[in-house]
Amino acid sequence: MTFTIQITDSGDSFPCKPNEMLLLAMVRLGRKGIPVGCRNGGCGVCKVHVKSGEYSNGKMSRAHVTEQEEQDGYALACRCQPSSDLVIEVVGKMRKAVHPEQAVVIKTERGE
Amino acid sequence: MAMTGVLRPGHVQLRVLDMDASLTHYVERMGLIETARDEQGRVYLKGWDEQDWFSVVLREADEPGMDFMAFKVDSTATLDRLEQGLREFGCKVERIPAGELKHCGERVRFDSPMGHFFELYAEKDFKGNGVGTLNPHPWPEDLKGMKVNRFDHCLLYGDDLDGSVKLFKDVLGFNETEKVMAGPNGDFQIASFLTCGMKAHDIALIRHAEKGKLHHASFLLKSWEEVLHAADIMGRYKIPIDIGPTRHGITRGRTIYFFDPSGNRNETFCDSYDWYPDHPQITWTEDELGGAIFYHNQSLNERFLSVVT
Ligand code: FES
Ligand SMILES: [Fe+2]
Repeated sequence: MTFTIQITDSGDSFPCKPNEMLLLAMVRLGRKGIPVGCRNGGCGVCKVHVKSGEYSNGKMSRAHVTEQEEQDGYALACRCQPSSDLVIEVVGKMRKAVHPEQAVVIKTERGE
Repeated sequence: MAMTGVLRPGHVQLRVLDMDASLTHYVERMGLIETARDEQGRVYLKGWDEQDWFSVVLREADEPGMDFMAFKVDSTATLDRLEQGLREFGCKVERIPAGELKHCGERVRFDSPMGHFFELYAEKDFKGNGVGTLNPHPWPEDLKGMKVNRFDHCLLYGDDLDGSVKLFKDVLGFNETEKVMAGPNGDFQIASFLTCGMKAHDIALIRHAEKGKLHHASFLLKSWEEVLHAADIMGRYKIPIDIGPTRHGITRGRTIYFFDPSGNRNETFCDSYDWYPDHPQITWTEDELGGAIFYHNQSLNERFLSVVT
């Protein structure tokens, strides 16, 4: 049995086994849509908001999903196991790499 | 070369979300050895070839990252002298009594311009490397997983790079072996590699918007074959790899990066060069940053650059 995980942002969807983390299912199938970071609940780049469906969460960094947010349906895709089909929205993102980010830092520091 | 002052990285305390999962990772998979636990529930580990009691301390918490990194100094006189220098530099300094970390002497803890906490200490109990000192074998039996040799360095992210580089060079006597320069005139430093001994780096620092972040804690292996073996362990146990096996231009390390069960990045690597204080400093420029970081494919990787704990 698999559940269907639908990403609202991109319209992409992928299947996920009941005991599998969303992000790993996506990566294993070579699908895209959710940013992939540490895959272990620490970095927050895979943060999603679950719009509908049932799921359970493993341990995750409270720096990225507070208890309140968890109650409000926010989750880390790498720590989230579905128990039904899910519709999710991607909230997390990869911060810009050193290159462009530094350009911004340079501007700020020089007051340009 | 006579080694005085700050000798080497001595320990790092990492926050983990789940202690049992972390011990499976650090002990069974990476091959660190458990040597103590304390009342706070912290677990102490060491690489097999380290002589002191511990080099990694794991503390269970609700967010991952690094609590502090410590360096061993050659004597209590040096500890006192450096403490004075840190105060004059403007660091917030505190003395932590011997035994607060088991088997460790008094520590001098201080903050830094990039937002990380560091410690210096002169004494730690001797544990030995498991092969003894009389007619020793080259390695002990029963090592596990990747069989990491020792804790080697950390790469840290934070905002005031210039301030932290100054602290390490001017107060603690580190030498800057390599640096990365960016900006329109190439005069804006974005990364620094610093050594207190003869390694290409004992700590690396990268400019980043947030304070006090950990990019990775690194562990030494002794050959490329061992790096590939580490990669096999990661495949077998589905440990998420960040990138590698590959080589860095910077420091020449041959390396693989992966994540612990709390999302802290680890590195296992081999090779580098010997550095003497009369060697010239190496500079990398922004336009060659791809190869500076990943020498084989000569291109940057967004996750490697931006994912931190
Ligand atoms: S990928 Fe890092 S928290 Fe999910
Ligand atoms: Fe490293």
